[in-house]
Amino acid sequence: MRITEHPILTFKRGREVEFTFNGKKMKGYEGEPIAAALHDNGVRVLSYSKHLHRPRGFYCAIGNCSSCLMTVNGEPNVRVCTEKLREGMVVETQKGRGDIK
Amino acid sequence: MKDTEIAVIGGGPAGLMAALAAAEMGARVTIIDRNSRLGGQLVKQTHKFFGSEKEYASVRGIDIGRLLSDEVLKNPRIETMLDSTVIGYYPDDGVLGVEFEGKTFVKIKPKKVVVATGASEKFLPFENNDLPGIYGAGAVQTLMNEHGVVPGENVLMVGAGNIGLIVSYQLMQAKVNVKAIIDAAPCIGGYWVHASKVARLGVPIMTSYTIKAAYPNEATGTLERAVIWQLDDRWQPIPGTEKVLKVDVICISVGLSPLTEILWQAGCEMKYVPQLGGHVAVRNENMETTVPGIYVAGDVAGVEEASSAMIEGRLAGLNAAKSLGYDDGTYSEKRLEAIKRLQNLRSGPVGEKIRQGLAQLVSSGGDYNA
Amino acid sequence: MLKTCGIPTEEELASRIPPKDRRKKGPVVMIECFQKIPCNPCFTACKRGAIQKFEDINDLPSIDFDKCNGCGLCISKCPGLAIFVIDETYSEDEATVSLPFEFLPLPREGEEVDLLDRSGKKVGRGRVLKVRNGKYEDRTPVITVTVPKGLSMVVRNIRVGGDLR
Ligand SMILES: Cc1cc2nc3c(=O)[nH]c(=O)nc-3n(C[C@H](O)[C@H](O)[C@H](O)COP(=O)(O)OP(=O)(O)OC[C@H]3O[C@@H](n4cnc5c(N)ncnc54)[C@H](O)[C@@H]3O)c2cc1C
Ligand code: SF4
Ligand code: SF4
Ligand code: FES
Repeated sequence: MRITEHPILTFKRGREVEFTFNGKKMKGYEGEPIAAALHDNGVRVLSYSKHLHRPRGFYCAIGNCSSCLMTVNGEPNVRVCTEKLREGMVVETQKGRGDIK
Repeated sequence: MKDTEIAVIGGGPAGLMAALAAAEMGARVTIIDRNSRLGGQLVKQTHKFFGSEKEYASVRGIDIGRLLSDEVLKNPRIETMLDSTVIGYYPDDGVLGVEFEGKTFVKIKPKKVVVATGASEKFLPFENNDLPGIYGAGAVQTLMNEHGVVPGENVLMVGAGNIGLIVSYQLMQAKVNVKAIIDAAPCIGGYWVHASKVARLGVPIMTSYTIKAAYPNEATGTLERAVIWQLDDRWQPIPGTEKVLKVDVICISVGLSPLTEILWQAGCEMKYVPQLGGHVAVRNENMETTVPGIYVAGDVAGVEEASSAMIEGRLAGLNAAKSLGYDDGTYSEKRLEAIKRLQNLRSGPVGEKIRQGLAQLVSSGGDYNA
Repeated sequence: MLKTCGIPTEEELASRIPPKDRRKKGPVVMIECFQKIPCNPCFTACKRGAIQKFEDINDLPSIDFDKCNGCGLCISKCPGLAIFVIDETYSEDEATVSLPFEFLPLPREGEEVDLLDRSGKKVGRGRVLKVRNGKYEDRTPVITVTVPKGLSMVVRNIRVGGDLR
């Protein structure tokens, strides 16, 4: 969910853009982290752990912990908590290490 | 290869002040930060700060961040590299390896380095602690205050230090319900004024409580419930005191640890000082580490506060510039003033932990590079 | 107790309550700051010298209640949101409390709101007399609300538009 009004902050958002998550069309704002856009669309499971394939969400949101690795435009192991959203991005969950296509 | 006189790694309060101080003395500085904007932690701190007028007391963190960034950006002696992560330091030739936008690689050869990388959040072991919905408190703050997205509807905050208390307050400001703040310690670790702020909103603060387990929703795999239980005076859980809280978010705020990779790579002598958050570099009063020319400032030098981070940054910047021969005649005076302000901030009861930590660190070497 | 739940006990509060005869004379400040932390903007904010100079920045604020005129200019400057102004002379059966309030929606002047105590519990209803929300307050609006006379030392928060929790 987006914060629409806030007692302290005003949010300057980029242009609205479309992207896909596992083939599903979604909307977000250009330049925000992919993870923020996914979260707003109700997506909380971003990846699956290497060994037990347990679902993972983001944890640190600043590119430190690697719990948010996804495949973006075919490139695996992208940290979506810091990677910026662009028009038409193709975002996919990867299981485990992520194979290079 | 790019040259600069002083490279400042990290554009938080410590790095910004280091850059400004060094430029003020006449040095040329390059600030490198992996984010797309300067300010570090400050950009998400919507509350007014403590301290005195000199540390921008009563000004909100976000506004301090903006003020300092603006000053840095218009200073002709300071160059700023954003979206740039320092991924390595090669001690043999004194070169920093920088990755730009995760793609291009740049080498920088500075004469002096100020490491102001801040700290990262600690994790807490408990059953299912990796479920989606369990986030670091700082991460929630980033999502909410920087990107304007709320983390969920009902939150359990684990940790009643300043960060746990403040983020709880900020969650309530964003209309997210904080069901409880728990802390394993018998006393609230954060400032009592922060605690009273959230208590007044009807958020219960439960000391001597810890988290036992988290459970997912079967269908979605994301967090649905948390089980907490009480601890006795020997910090042992008391069976039968379990409480179930229906929450879709658990925020972990159990402390920070300094981001010291670059310092290890540089071969700085490191020491484990729990009062300062973990391993930190041994340093002298001028913020210089055991490797000549490498300075530290802010949370990476010991997890503390933005106010002290700013003064440490200033001190590091002044000294780095001075060691390059820059001194407009005001160096000694400014150095002493900074040291005195740091002492004042740390002189009270809440500064005791820091004083104990620093006693183990700073006294151990003296001014070995002098 | 403050250190275990953030709510002061009566004993803890006692030292911070302005003297009774001063309270009879009109609005006066009550500073609920109990812990030595490095902070002093309350001193900087008070132009009447009612908050004494801090020898050490970690000192607790010490107040000269006779110099305080209850202007409330210190309220929005306290990062701890620990400052309130109480006026027990407002009317026969009502007192007023001025408090910092950083939430939306803001109440309108004249609006009835829930009155909350230090634990966020509803203790009554009151009427908003004044909302100060200018550049000076810098997004920490100061709300003055009427409270039943006996609750001037109890009410420390308000809730606008019903229960959000
Ligand atoms: C919720 C919260 C509330 C707080 N409230 C207060 C308060 O009321 N008063 C107060 O005084 N303090 C407060 N603090 C503490 C204060 O924010 C920190 O102590 C302060 O930000 C530390 O400053 P810093 O410059 O050392 O680190 P940071 O602000 O963390 O900045 C470090 C910077 O370095 C960058 N970086 C790290 N590694 C690299 C790398 N390898 N390459 C490039 N860049 C890198 C990071 O991106 C970041 O921008 C609070 C902290 C939090 C989290
Ligand atoms: S209410 Fe006014 S006079 Fe009283 S302490 Fe605050 S600023 Fe000073
Ligand atoms: S400004 Fe507020 S928190 Fe700071 S010393 Fe004064 S009363 Fe205490
Ligand atoms: S959430 Fe930690 S790296 Fe993305």
